[in-house]
Amino acid sequence: MSENYRNNFLKEVEERVEEGHWVKMCMQCGVCAGSCPLGAHWAHPPQELFMMIRAGKREEVLTSDSMWMCTSCYNCVVRCPRKLPITHIMHGLANLAYRLGLSPKNQTTQKFASMFWNNLAQTGRVNELKLSLGMYFKDGFGQGIKNAMAMQSVGLGMVKAKRLNPMELFGGHGIKDKSGFHAMLKKAREIEDRRKNFA
Amino acid sequence: MADMKVAAYICQGCGLGERLDTAALASVAKKEGKAALIKEHEFLCNADGIKMIRDDIANEAVTHVMIGACSRRAKTEAFGFTDVCVSRANLREGVIWSQPETEEARETTQEMAEDYIRMGCAEVKKMTLPEGDPAAVTERTLLVVGGGVSGMTAALEASKAGYKVVLVEKSGALGGWAAKLHKRTPGKSPYKDPQNTPVAEMAAAIEADANIKVYLNASTSKTSGAPGRFEIEISTESGSTTIEKVGAIVQATGFELYDANKLPELGYGKSANVVDQAGLEALAKAANGSPIKRPSDGGEVKTVVFVQCAGQRDDSGKHLPYCSGSCCLTSVKQAMYFKEANPDIDTVVIYTDLRMPGNGEDFYRSGQEKGVIFTKGKVSGVEAAGNQCKVSFQDLILNDQVAIDNADLVVLATGQVPNSGVDIDTKLKAEIAAAAGDNSLMEAYTASQQEGAVQPISMLNLTYRQGPDVPQLKYGFTDSHFICFPYETRRTGIYSAGPVRRPMDMVQAMEDATGAAMKAIQAIENAGLGRAAHPRSGDLSFPKVRLEGCTQCKRCTVECPFGAIDEDEKRFPLFNQARCRRCGTCMGACPVRVISFENYSIDTVGSQLKAVDVPDEFSEKPRILILACENDAYPALDMAAMNRNVYSAFVRVIPVRCLGSVNTIWINDALSSGYDGVMMMGCKHGDDYQCHFVKGSELANIRMSKIGDTLKNMSLEEERVSTFEVAITDIERVPQLINDYAALIQKIGMSPMKGF
Ligand code: SF4
Ligand code: SF4
Ligand code: SF4
Ligand code: SF4
Repeated sequence: MSENYRNNFLKEVEERVEEGHWVKMCMQCGVCAGSCPLGAHWAHPPQELFMMIRAGKREEVLTSDSMWMCTSCYNCVVRCPRKLPITHIMHGLANLAYRLGLSPKNQTTQKFASMFWNNLAQTGRVNELKLSLGMYFKDGFGQGIKNAMAMQSVGLGMVKAKRLNPMELFGGHGIKDKSGFHAMLKKAREIEDRRKNFA
Repeated sequence: MADMKVAAYICQGCGLGERLDTAALASVAKKEGKAALIKEHEFLCNADGIKMIRDDIANEAVTHVMIGACSRRAKTEAFGFTDVCVSRANLREGVIWSQPETEEARETTQEMAEDYIRMGCAEVKKMTLPEGDPAAVTERTLLVVGGGVSGMTAALEASKAGYKVVLVEKSGALGGWAAKLHKRTPGKSPYKDPQNTPVAEMAAAIEADANIKVYLNASTSKTSGAPGRFEIEISTESGSTTIEKVGAIVQATGFELYDANKLPELGYGKSANVVDQAGLEALAKAANGSPIKRPSDGGEVKTVVFVQCAGQRDDSGKHLPYCSGSCCLTSVKQAMYFKEANPDIDTVVIYTDLRMPGNGEDFYRSGQEKGVIFTKGKVSGVEAAGNQCKVSFQDLILNDQVAIDNADLVVLATGQVPNSGVDIDTKLKAEIAAAAGDNSLMEAYTASQQEGAVQPISMLNLTYRQGPDVPQLKYGFTDSHFICFPYETRRTGIYSAGPVRRPMDMVQAMEDATGAAMKAIQAIENAGLGRAAHPRSGDLSFPKVRLEGCTQCKRCTVECPFGAIDEDEKRFPLFNQARCRRCGTCMGACPVRVISFENYSIDTVGSQLKAVDVPDEFSEKPRILILACENDAYPALDMAAMNRNVYSAFVRVIPVRCLGSVNTIWINDALSSGYDGVMMMGCKHGDDYQCHFVKGSELANIRMSKIGDTLKNMSLEEERVSTFEVAITDIERVPQLINDYAALIQKIGMSPMKGF
């Protein structure tokens, strides 16, 4: 349990979040909140998230879906008068929440991100067909069919333009040294865990 | 002076020759202006033109020169003859540049020019040469009152410039507020860490400086005289008194912290762990680098909360309404005391706005880097609970009512209250009202003085008729012209510097003190030459009073914005030349018109307005008199003309030193000579005044508000006399004001007073 308006949670963020040491430098001007094209959809815009971190609201921050709303447009980063790498901090916070198992379960970007990662980590290449189908069917079979129908013309267009190979459904391509690749990812994870103090 | 000989010079340059019939102007100068010598010149301000005038002065015994050319604000050097009286008929800006260049306008343009020639001739004949002050003396020593950082800076700077200094400090040591500090907020790049205060170095420099004489445990128990010849009685605590003679004074009396006892809701007085910023400095000083302990029990401090704007920026009317502009910096610095001793101590600054003047922004960033937590919020209360405090506040970003339960120390950022002495204005306002027949203010004032009420202690103990201290503007800060002349108080030769003038931090106070010292030196030198300080810098004229006519009404003594006039033993006004700024407010005030300057008087203006040719009622050519303040309105008119912003040909403009110098007799004279309207243009007045003489335009407004009766007696409409606030930047607006007013006059019709 972290305390109100104390440094505990801020310290955790500094330790475990990419670029987290910048959070204390925010001067609460609100420019980022006003610059975000998705601003209206955030429960807590970056300015507020930074204040919540300083106020020690660990639970609320980490379970929030706000940082998952960031589309990496970098509007806030270019405008922040204090030069905070806000986009990176948003991804860092999302990552921390995910690692701690606190992120909202069915949040779309979160789901997509893990699908993307799992998809990529298997073969070292992204299987776009499986990734998009997985995305369509994430909310169940019926919804999946509907989604697929709605996106039909786009999908066919991509097949015609050779951007999407229907054969990928059966296995798909990958890199040569998959086991080397897996070993590399494992090592990277170990290093990260050590650095960010995950058990 | 020898016999008066008036010469009139009419210039044909700058297009005057083409637009005007200068021969006709010359004949007006001869027949009506009664000039003895009249010359036209194709380019009067060139070397040849100037030489011609100089020769006439030397060979023809010319004593009075009327120059019909450009505005009196142009070519001041070329036409700045000091050995003769000079008047200027403004034919260029005032006529050809402000009138349309059309055939139809030719007649009215010429009429305007002829009137200005008549006015110039009439004015110059009423002028005599200012003789200055033959008795002018000056003492090249400065008095500095207050030995804090501001006062010490002023003393050292003045000494560096070669002047002697007498420094009076009420306590037993130099240093003031700064001496109470553990460290100061940084005054040098990189503005990241608290620095040592400059007190020890400065005090040593003063000690070693043969030019500076220090009185400790002392106060100025009496200040009399005027710039150049102040006589200061210095009393020490031991009871001895000394007299020092000085030429000018810097008042650097600093501030007190707002009394935190007035903030029980913030826990002050209820827990030893709630302190104000001075209290924290004392703790830090005692700890001297080792960790600061909890006052109540000497326990370890883990959490410190800083409450910004405590008793400040208050709109309830209970506390200080203003921002002290320095306490945010101080809180950042104090939070760093803790972070430096132990970075794990939580320091939370609760603010509504952080004000970080100068390079404070870098310091703020450094505070953030060191881990000070800044929280935008408004503290609602501090409650003591054992050795800790609960600080409740509204988090303004998260919109949450929250509390920090276990603060070991709470620091209240209370504000600066100026040590400016006695507020003399209440009494003066009452006197001015009483002179106008309203006694209510005076009764209230008298009541406030009785019943043993605690009165503030005077800082200077001036023997001036208007009171013992310099006038204040708002919230007790000394009055100075914020925009144009920030150090000038309303007592010539007395300059206020540092937080007594407005709230500020040490960096600003040191700059302020340097500026004030320079102005004080200027005042010393001016006094020696008998010259005025700003805004009529260098002016040698001075109000003379014909005491035989004086009725002892005291208007001049109470209305002089600069406290220049005392009373003699017989209760007659006693003018102090060196204190006077030459505004003419006294001249405007005097009901029997016995006050005048050599070159600016009831007559110089009165004769001008009477010299104007007023056409009869059926001519459809009204005449509007404009009395324009020479500091703002007149330049605005000139600049409007430079931009060829044309205005009505029916106005005749007379510049005045200040609207305060306008005597109601001029208005009466104008109306009875058949003018159809009078426009008075002066600077903005009120708390955010721009009047160069501070009170002049305000007093003019008070006087003019009473002109209604006069108008009624003459059966004239109220609109025939109107006052306007004009700024120097109003170059578009001023022609518009004139044209609107001319249209109004057309609507109400010509004055019935013509031809009497
Ligand atoms: S723009 Fe930067 S400084 Fe401003 S609120 Fe956002 S993160 Fe903070
Ligand atoms: S300087 Fe800061 S604490 Fe002081 S009154 Fe201004 S805003 Fe408040
Ligand atoms: S001219 Fe102005 S400053 Fe001088 S005595 Fe008169 S009112 Fe005072
Ligand atoms: S205003 Fe005129 S009459 Fe009144 S005291 Fe002054 S000089 Fe005398």
